[in-house]
Formats: sequence, structure tokens, C-alpha cells
Amino acid sequence: MKTIRMHYRIYDSIVAYAKEHLPEEACGLVAGTEIDGKIEVKKIYYLENKDHATDHFTLDPKDQMEAIKDMRKEGLKPLGNWHSHPESPSRPSVEDIKLAYDSKASYMILSLMAENPVLNSFHIEDGQYEKEDLRIFSDEYYF
Amino acid sequence: MTITVAGEKKEYKDGLTLPELIELENVETPEYVTVSINDEFVLTENRDTTVLNEGDSVEFLYFMGGGC
Repeated sequence: MKTIRMHYRIYDSIVAYAKEHLPEEACGLVAGTEIDGKIEVKKIYYLENKDHATDHFTLDPKDQMEAIKDMRKEGLKPLGNWHSHPESPSRPSVEDIKLAYDSKASYMILSLMAENPVLNSFHIEDGQYEKEDLRIFSDEYYF
Repeated sequence: MTITVAGEKKEYKDGLTLPELIELENVETPEYVTVSINDEFVLTENRDTTVLNEGDSVEFLYFMGGGC
């Protein structure tokens, strides 16, 4: 199982952005580093949800390309994408699974259905999904 | 020739076509992938006839979307 670490400040910024965009689904790309098998999220790209919908999201390839260019410039690796589920759990929906074409990507889903947000990361391949080991850390608490 | 594929420099034969690169790179579900070469999107109608050149930088952009 893939272990991915994310600093809590990055997590907080995703939650804040997604809440600002309610009731629509918010989305974007996830970039980071992979050194000796250790994966860490370093930057989140907040991209427009072309669907502007409460129950769908689509990224614009032009926005993706700009983000990828920025990642290459900063020496970061594309790790996957993220999107919010305003009113459903933090797990891939049938549509999420169907549209997950890149098995090397991590698919992060932030649920805002309850008072406390929940973020999980998933590997999706051949119509199946598996939860990844996403660890939110701070300067005082690293594991 | 040397080309950059998804940020990584690689050696390939001269005259490599885009469909050949897609196969060699094991791109999954290529029908759902948008290809850019040197920051320009490759139009669908040009995809099969595009030939790569020394120094080209290629990115594969997967369709990304979903529901809830």
C-alpha cells in the first residue's frame, strides 16, 4: 500500500478552498516528491471545476497542462488529483471509478458531508479501489 | 534522439511516431489521454501522423473527472 504524507497546512488549505466553493464540487491536482519511496504532497493545484456542479467535476486539459508545467519547473511530480464530495462520503463513487483512467495516480477525495471533513486517498484500477495510507503530519507530529 | 517524456529525458529512435511512443510508454487508456508536445496540444486528427523530433517535450494528460 502506498504511503503518502501531507503537511496539515496543505490539508487545511484544501478544506478551506473546498468549503469556499460549496455547494459545488471543488477539484484540482496534487503534486509532490517521491524520494526513496517516500511520497510527500508539496503543492495543491486549485483548478476550475468545468462542470460547476454539486455532483460532478471535470478538469480542463489546458489547466492541467499549466499545472504540469509549473510542477516540472518546481521539480515536483504529479501525484494525482483531488476533489470534494459536498454531501457524500470520502470514497470513490461509481462515476469516480469509471473515470479513473490513470492507475498510477492517487485519487484524493474530501468529504464535507459531516461537521468534520474527511480526506482519503485511493488507488483505482480495473474498476476496483483501495485506500492508500494518507498521513497528515505537523512539525511536532510526524509518522 | 533525446526527448523528454513526462519530465524524464529518454532515448528513442529517430523518426519515432506518437502512436509508437504511446505504446512504448505503456500509456493506459490512450483514448482518454490528451497529448501535448512542447506545450501544444496534439489535435486528434494529427495524432496518428505526428512524428517526434529531437528535444521534444511530451506530456500525457489523462482525462480527470468524476462524480460523488
